Amino acid sequence: MHPASFGYEAPASLEEVFGLLRQHGEDAKLLAGGHSLLPAMKLRLTQPEVLIDLGRIPGLSGIRQDGDTLIIGALTTHTEVSASETVRNLLPGLADTASVIGDLQVRNRGTMGGSVAHADPGADLPVTLTALNASFMLTSAEGGRTVAADDFFVDFFTTALEPHEILTAIHIPLPAAPTRTSYAKLPHPASGYVVVSAAAALTLDGSGACTGARVVLGGVGGTPHRATGTETALNGQALTPEVIAAAAERAADGIDPHADSYADEEYKRHMAAVYARRAIEAAAARA
Amino acid sequence: MSTEQSNPNRLIGASIRRVEDPPLLTGQGCYVDDVKLPGILHVAIHRSTHPHARIVSIDTAEAAAMPGVVCVLTGDDTGDLALRAPMLTPEMNMPEHPVLARGTVHAVGAPIAAVVAESRALAEDAAAAIGVTYDSLPVVTDAEAALEDGATLAHEELGTNHCYTMKRENGDVDKAFAEADHVCRLHMKSPRLVAMSMEARGVLAYPDPIRKELTVWMSTQGPHRSRADLANSLGFPENRIHVIAPDVGGGFGSKGCVYREDVLVCHVAQKLGRPVKWMATRSEDFLTTCQGRDQAMTSELALSKDGKMLGLKVRVVANLGAYLHSATAGPPQRMLVMAPGCYQIQDVRVEIVSAFTNTVPTGPYRGAGRPEAVLNIERLADKAARDLGMDPLELRRKNYIQPEQFPYRTGVGVEYDSGDYEKSLDEALRLSDYDQLIRMRDEARERGELVGVGVSTFVEPSGGAGFESGAVRVDRTGAITVLTGSSSHGQGHETVWAQVAADLLKVPMEDVVVRHGDTIAIQQGTGTFGSRSAVMGGGALATAAERLVTKAKAVAANLMEASADDVVQVEGGFAVTGVPERTVTWRQVAGAAHAKGTPAGMDPGLHETAFFDPNREAWGFGAHVALVRIDADTGELTIEKLVLVDDIGVVLNPMVVEAQVHGGLAQGLGEALCEEMVFDEDGQPRTGTLMDYAVPRASTMPPLIIGETETPNPFNPLGVKGVGEAGTNGAPPAVANAVMDALSPLGIDHIDMPYTAPKLWRAIREARKG
Repeated sequence: MHPASFGYEAPASLEEVFGLLRQHGEDAKLLAGGHSLLPAMKLRLTQPEVLIDLGRIPGLSGIRQDGDTLIIGALTTHTEVSASETVRNLLPGLADTASVIGDLQVRNRGTMGGSVAHADPGADLPVTLTALNASFMLTSAEGGRTVAADDFFVDFFTTALEPHEILTAIHIPLPAAPTRTSYAKLPHPASGYVVVSAAAALTLDGSGACTGARVVLGGVGGTPHRATGTETALNGQALTPEVIAAAAERAADGIDPHADSYADEEYKRHMAAVYARRAIEAAAARA
Repeated sequence: MSTEQSNPNRLIGASIRRVEDPPLLTGQGCYVDDVKLPGILHVAIHRSTHPHARIVSIDTAEAAAMPGVVCVLTGDDTGDLALRAPMLTPEMNMPEHPVLARGTVHAVGAPIAAVVAESRALAEDAAAAIGVTYDSLPVVTDAEAALEDGATLAHEELGTNHCYTMKRENGDVDKAFAEADHVCRLHMKSPRLVAMSMEARGVLAYPDPIRKELTVWMSTQGPHRSRADLANSLGFPENRIHVIAPDVGGGFGSKGCVYREDVLVCHVAQKLGRPVKWMATRSEDFLTTCQGRDQAMTSELALSKDGKMLGLKVRVVANLGAYLHSATAGPPQRMLVMAPGCYQIQDVRVEIVSAFTNTVPTGPYRGAGRPEAVLNIERLADKAARDLGMDPLELRRKNYIQPEQFPYRTGVGVEYDSGDYEKSLDEALRLSDYDQLIRMRDEARERGELVGVGVSTFVEPSGGAGFESGAVRVDRTGAITVLTGSSSHGQGHETVWAQVAADLLKVPMEDVVVRHGDTIAIQQGTGTFGSRSAVMGGGALATAAERLVTKAKAVAANLMEASADDVVQVEGGFAVTGVPERTVTWRQVAGAAHAKGTPAGMDPGLHETAFFDPNREAWGFGAHVALVRIDADTGELTIEKLVLVDDIGVVLNPMVVEAQVHGGLAQGLGEALCEEMVFDEDGQPRTGTLMDYAVPRASTMPPLIIGETETPNPFNPLGVKGVGEAGTNGAPPAVANAVMDALSPLGIDHIDMPYTAPKLWRAIREARKG
């Protein structure tokens, strides 16, 4: 199907984008990789008046380490993230996440920033970025601010982004102690979106005890869900199979997943525990 | 065949790469949407969002005033223009099927108004601006529910949801059941599937008001039948309609009939005197193209305590959807001829009942009733073995029709041509290392793992549904053209027919051009569906080639001043037997045949046509073995091994056959693992996009072992049987039996496909709860 008629702007700088956003307000949509936006437009689920294509603005993509922070530009594609040596070495769980998004075409065109800003409850990256305690650089004509992932995702397709702001970069802290990361996903057999997924970031001390755990679930609500019961059960513990199993059992505490035509609530609750266990096991098994 | 069979380098049976692939793989194909004509107009359709409703009003004013819009049509404009399906029984109920709704809609997606505009995008904008108000009516979506007393009516004006009933009975069924030691009972349902051609449906009509002709490019599996259907619906002479099937991107049965949009577009083109095109979006294809399966089977198998099958009762309830396309009522009838499968059961009662519901119409989809029939008898055989504590293979062997019994008249009154079911089973067991599989399963089961082995052995009819035509023409320069009525939509006809013709004429394959898919170029045709091309198109082509060779020999004899009886075929032409230096080429023969060189009393020219109908189907068979594992934590099913042994008689091109097996299997695994079109109780589709409806992908394909046995078809000039549906017919029941075997320690009797993870997880959980 064809989308409804729309205008198209291709600004060359952020300043131009800010001007266009002021001009068009909520009638405008920002276009990054387009792999969520364009299908929605073709199905006429969304009919923006104007698309503002961010693709010609320099400096919005790339991966670099700045001290104890990994900075990923918003327009960096999933393929670039999953293929990056830096990411693979420092945060293999993030590389794994980027490598299971959608399909090859989606990964080649889709961007980190686009996925985060779109905040689809079935998306992969918000889950892992929340586990990694990432924060998001939001830029506007007035300047910029950073918002932590825990605060950024507000609800289904809703984030802390204001209409005049652009997500320009993702900042991921790199702790001094060794941190093991992983991502485990049960994909929907049609869409490839998350039915249930889990990301784990486990910081270990010299003895192998877990000194900090972030375990986050996807697919169980409108936003990534911190499995705090699981995190608590891991903290201070050596990661034996028994400890992991007991911690994972608590993953579904307090979640309220919604049924869809594929999976009912009970199944999703059960998968939350199964995939939390798989993610923790995979993280613990990383060298 | 009268042609000599001595050539050691025969083309028949050779794995030759498909000659049609290079243009398709390099984007050089020409599909309907690639055909551009000056002055073309585009149609977009406003469709019902209600599954059953009276239309209170249609507001087209805003749409009609939009830029680029030529006109907007509703049912008031198209009137009685409608599709017509054949009456299969005198009592058959048939709802109206107007090209645009008249008063009431009976399914989501029913066309209400059509916008004709200068571009597709403008047409879609205008179609979206049409406003319809509805008065909702109650909805029925399930066929078994639709047939209950007092059920909601899918069509109020029909007064019933019942379409037709057919019965077939042989022997003394009641006596067989009365004397049985055991009766095995099962209720099964085949999921509703979407045909999902890569190319959605499409049509382009070009009217010629001066010559009073209509040229139609259609994505169709049978241009000649489509031409007749268009003529009937339009009331326009068949001989003034020219249907062209250009490259067609798959059909799988769903493109075997004409649709409302086809008739509508032709009508609009004739009315406006301009070319008009409509291409389905994927969403429209989901809502309007005939879907497959959706049959419920209630079955009973009577047995002696030692496992002899004594009698069979099957009641099929088929969901036809809201409207009847010409082929909609066909698939359920397969049970009438296939119910006993490969087994000697003479006391058989089959009843088919079909119902209308407020859902997308159903119709033939790869297998078209065969997968349901195979599933029915093969699940029954497995469950019967379990009930009796017998080995499922032993029970099957005990009941097989034996090789010396062919041709064999079954308990439903059809004659199987040939078969050796134990041979294909034994080959499948050998290739799968079956004893080792069973040991592995038992060891895994000891460890508490859910592992199962399943077998299906099956028959599959191919090649019925009327005649097929074939012609071979040799022009003045000796150029050879094959004209086939079996129009290709991806099967590889251009390769295989060239192979067959070149083999029979003893010429290089490159010298043969194959023409199909054009009602002016081709004499007549029925089309490609139901695994029929090799059997019917091949039979017609071989018959025509035989006639051509006979005539050419007479011309050659005349040229060489020899007796026709002494003329033999040699590579590239003919020779006199015993005098190898006396030869003529096809070119010389063709030249002579067109220049007074035919013997006295024989017509000039070198062009032979055959209309082939053996009045019987070809009964291929096979044995499939599956090894599956189920993750009890998640319900995820993995097929660890799949062995397919198919016997399709003589193989014309092993590479093409293997591709057909792969494709059929992929779609069979779709049914077994993930595909199901779901409507909620309000009649709204829940799986109307590729985001919700799961099709199999390359990664779905399991480790695969393909084998074959060859039992030639004695009733076909090439000895062939069909293969296009082998994977869809045989593999899903093997997987189903393996899944049930894996779950048997939990006491689970039967689960319907598809075996999605949540469904298996729930079944396991409930069984463990006790």
